[in-house]
Amino acid sequence: MRGREVAARLAFGVVTTLLATFFALPCLWLVLAPFNARATLATVLPSPPSLTNFRAVLGNHDAVVGLLNSGIQALGSMLLTVAVAALAAYALSRARVPGARAFTAVLLMFSSVVSGTVAMVPIYNIILKLGLIDTQLGVILVMTGGLLPTAIFLLLDFVNALPKSYEESAAVCGARPWQYLPQVIFPLIRPGLMVVGVWAFVGVWGSFLTPYILLRSNSNLPASVQAYQFYNDNGQPVLTLVSAYSFLYVLPVLLLYLWVNWRYGFRFFGGIKG
Amino acid sequence: MSVPLPRARRAAAARPPALLSARAGVGFLLPALAFIALFLLVPFAWIVAVSFTNQSLLGANAQGQFVGLSNYARMFDAATWLPGGFGYSLIVTAIFSLGSLAGQVTLGLTLALLFHGQRGPWREVVFTLVTLCWILPEVPVAFGWLSFLDRDFGLLNVLLRALHLGSPDWTLDHPLAAIILFNIWRGTAFSMLLFSAALASIPPSYLEVAAVSGAGPWRRFWDITLPSIRPQLLSALVLISLWTFNTFGPYLITAGGPLNKTDIVAIHTYRVAFRFGDWGLGTAIAMFTMLLNLLLTAVYLLAARRREPRAGA
Repeated sequence: MRGREVAARLAFGVVTTLLATFFALPCLWLVLAPFNARATLATVLPSPPSLTNFRAVLGNHDAVVGLLNSGIQALGSMLLTVAVAALAAYALSRARVPGARAFTAVLLMFSSVVSGTVAMVPIYNIILKLGLIDTQLGVILVMTGGLLPTAIFLLLDFVNALPKSYEESAAVCGARPWQYLPQVIFPLIRPGLMVVGVWAFVGVWGSFLTPYILLRSNSNLPASVQAYQFYNDNGQPVLTLVSAYSFLYVLPVLLLYLWVNWRYGFRFFGGIKG
Repeated sequence: MSVPLPRARRAAAARPPALLSARAGVGFLLPALAFIALFLLVPFAWIVAVSFTNQSLLGANAQGQFVGLSNYARMFDAATWLPGGFGYSLIVTAIFSLGSLAGQVTLGLTLALLFHGQRGPWREVVFTLVTLCWILPEVPVAFGWLSFLDRDFGLLNVLLRALHLGSPDWTLDHPLAAIILFNIWRGTAFSMLLFSAALASIPPSYLEVAAVSGAGPWRRFWDITLPSIRPQLLSALVLISLWTFNTFGPYLITAGGPLNKTDIVAIHTYRVAFRFGDWGLGTAIAMFTMLLNLLLTAVYLLAARRREPRAGA
């Protein structure tokens, strides 16, 4: 029995280490190359470690603007998505809308079907007709449209979980219906707003296809598309710059993840239902 | 990321008079409805309409004329099963999706089972690592993979050479295998998180009773664990298939090449519509893809409904 237990522990250690290695290896270059002044595609320890690449990237005007644009687009879409979704979720929960839940479920299904490349053709056309091609607003609107169904679905649960007595007592104290939301509901569903906000931010920050299709000029491109500007005359990526830029671009998502994981625990709240 | 919960049902059971008047409700819903109409319904209608025209991005056909079903016929013309054709890209997508699905579900389930009932730093490290592979932006991750797969310097070939297993040029010789591996790596976190949540909800007493009555690990897995997580297994299968079917990510690794060997449907659609500017054909392809996705969703809903009485019990 004892021997078998040791063998099981050992097997567990070996298998989990192998799996962890598989997931770690492709990330290794992203961590090491930025600090290597002569970075190639090889994954090697930088000797000596240097910050030259970061200095070069931060001295590049388009690169810095790219990171700022990513921030503008992610923040803009996040705020718009959370605001619009919260209003909708509140209405679906509190006004008597028959089949509110079925409605959001259908919307969710529909949005997952009408998504990705399939939708980019007409969406390009809509944004063109609105005169918003090559504007950050265009990207923000499109991203918000894509995020909304899921955001409403997620927030609906948080609002539904609140007893109506909160608003009823607010009403007794003389609050008007339009005051419920900012003064009563928002503070109570803050965890939900945070979850949806972070989820939206990360999604937009990392998006490539939508800005790639809707934007043209360098001054509007986010970091995901801007990363492809670091090519030399032979069409080869300048790896020293690409790696350092990737590192800076990944950092906010990494920090957000660690913060969410520490604050709320990153997991499925209750599991998937059809 | 995190996914919905069934808390609402109970609240809906005994519903007192509505707090919000119908008019206020509609007012609050208006912005959301505008977005949904503009970015879901209009694109949908537009795809349906344009797929019957010869509209193009630029040039003489920028307005487009009604051409009936000819786009759908062009989709499946004589060359469709040759590289670059739509049929060919469907086959590539099928292999890509099935490979990704098998890999993601197997790896995710393995990780969830291995760490089931465990706490501690090693679990935290592994779960964080796998989750990061999922949530980090796709562009830097793609650069990491280009380095990983590089023929001469890539870490994968360095390791393979050390083990005397040869060093193929992954993106040229085995491009489809390369993007499948990439997609498995990228998506395993979802099934891992889903399955560990499912495993955590199995009452430990089930497995204890089975162990006491002499069932070995395999029997316990087949007779108790697997049936208990069947709903989640089903959800994972369908959601992963939908995501994999529509993902554009592999474009960043192989751009659909070489010789269209990785021309999955999302990349094919992009190429036809935006590179060739052929919106008639592009939307017809989009329509067909959408119908396939709807079919998948319908199968999912049917299967989910069949399990509903059990889930409620």
